Amino acid sequence: MINLPESELNAAFGGSEPTVLSEPNFWRRAGHSLLHDPIAMCSFAFIALLAVVAVFAPFIAPFNPLHEFSNGLSFQGAPVAPNGHFLLGTDASGRDVLSRLIYGARVSLMVGVVATGLASLIGVVIGTVSGYVGGVTESILMRFTDMVLSFPILLFCVALIAVTGPSARNVVLVIAFAYWTYLARVVRGQVLSLKEREFVTAARTLGVGHLKIIRKHIMPHLLPTIIVYGTLGVATSILIEASLSFLGIGVPLPQASWGEMISEGQQYFQVAPWLLVAPGVVLILTVLAFNLAGDWLTDLLDPATRDMGR
Amino acid sequence: MTGWLVRRTLQMLLVVFGVVTLAFVFAYIVPANPARMVAGPQASPAAVASIARQLGLDRSVWSQYLSFLGRLLHGNLGVSFALEGRTVASEIWGALPYTAVLAVGGIVWEIVIGIPAGIIAAYRPKSFIDRFATIGALFGLSAPPFWLGLMLIYFLAYKVSLFPINGVGHPLIWYMILPSFTLGIGGAAFYSRMVRTTVLQVLRSPFVEFARLKGMPERTILFRHVMRHALTPVITMLGMDLGYFLGGVLIIESIFGIPGVGQLAYNSISTLDVPMITGTVLVAAVFMVVMSFVVDVTYTFIDPRVRLNRAK
Repeated sequence: MINLPESELNAAFGGSEPTVLSEPNFWRRAGHSLLHDPIAMCSFAFIALLAVVAVFAPFIAPFNPLHEFSNGLSFQGAPVAPNGHFLLGTDASGRDVLSRLIYGARVSLMVGVVATGLASLIGVVIGTVSGYVGGVTESILMRFTDMVLSFPILLFCVALIAVTGPSARNVVLVIAFAYWTYLARVVRGQVLSLKEREFVTAARTLGVGHLKIIRKHIMPHLLPTIIVYGTLGVATSILIEASLSFLGIGVPLPQASWGEMISEGQQYFQVAPWLLVAPGVVLILTVLAFNLAGDWLTDLLDPATRDMGR
Repeated sequence: MTGWLVRRTLQMLLVVFGVVTLAFVFAYIVPANPARMVAGPQASPAAVASIARQLGLDRSVWSQYLSFLGRLLHGNLGVSFALEGRTVASEIWGALPYTAVLAVGGIVWEIVIGIPAGIIAAYRPKSFIDRFATIGALFGLSAPPFWLGLMLIYFLAYKVSLFPINGVGHPLIWYMILPSFTLGIGGAAFYSRMVRTTVLQVLRSPFVEFARLKGMPERTILFRHVMRHALTPVITMLGMDLGYFLGGVLIIESIFGIPGVGQLAYNSISTLDVPMITGTVLVAAVFMVVMSFVVDVTYTFIDPRVRLNRAK
């Protein structure tokens, strides 16, 4: 072993070049920026609220979302408009719209977060491997990415669900499988430039293994990108889930989901417009919140200019 | 340059080949029992076996794959299972004109709304128009198209009978206004942001400064310098959008009742018509690949910087 000062050995084997996230006053900067950005603050507050509502749905929802109330339909059998008892009215089966919205938040968030997590995992692994290993492996993986990217995302999801059958698990898997490509491309680009940087060369020279280099020296630099793409990805996944449910091949009935509520409501929109307005507004606000949060994170972490340009 | 073109063409063909293979895998290998899916849950085992033979499912995977490729080369996408005796290719061919009109309409809305909004917002940053465009863009990017479409139908077609509620008829343009608007609004939102950013950059660049100093009228600067720079990336993305739209826009076609490729795909899903699903997905993917090729080549001719780089 070469004789090196302990600090340099530590740098090579243990820690890494500092990243945005490990800057000494990163959290203070983040908090400061958040306090001065009311839009971002509202977005995070809305996401937090949604998460609380989803987790504690059984305690928050006024009624059972699946119960068909006998007083939930008018004498003509039409849905009841919003009133003191049913705050957002009832649907065509006499079920409480507010309770269904609250339970629908569970589906949307669960699918959005899990699918994006899975997509990020696939994307990061494929992107890192192809960027780091290079050569034939890279060509094969990237051409495969191009192929998956050529399928229009929604049509691809729909076709995959059609052959695998609709279930909550399949919806998550299909969205993950259709969505990982974007992150894979970005990550590959970053790894390509990261692996040429001095600290990686230094670690290599000292005989640090490839896996450890990726884990200790490359991953930390990819984290900002993963966070930003993850946040924006949740918005996209929620939209895809809603679209699939709208088409009737999402999470199976009678489970409440926002897309399915809109789909059911469209038949009654002339007599009961609240059936369309309520889930639509909640869906838009949710997607908007994740998009705005993603924008704010991009400004804060700035993955493109911070890690790729150098 | 020729070398690059040949390489790019080969690469495109490779991706098309891969897309075809992927479609084969999903249609014939992923489902546990494609014949059962085709025959339906009530079919007898004998009927399932006969369909399996008819589909060639009793042969090896490789021989199935080869005959799948052979049929494709003849433009044969198979026979629909749900629509008795109709070929997938003829159905798609018949639906394509509607989708094409819708797609072009969507592109027109994207251009008509997105580009002026972006340019005006960039010329008057922080003005009322800029703020309005920003909020509109955020809304356009976050609103699910199916919800937006239903709202448009409710207010503009049902409440105020300005437009037909759904379906197609004569003149076709009339029936396409709302659907194409729904289709284009997301892209318009995206382009207005993109154009705003690029125009802001171009307005600060030395050559615009110089043009101003020598007294060139603002209008000439806009059309001769600013637009040229700001629109090149937009053209690229518009091409990609066209490829994407031509593949059929499932949801918009289904809520507006347009008998296009997307509607075809949607109907074939409810009947589990595997050849039709594979056919539509395949056609959509091929449109995407070909359009991205066309865009890439066009770009090389429009932008001298790209051309010079590739000529090397």
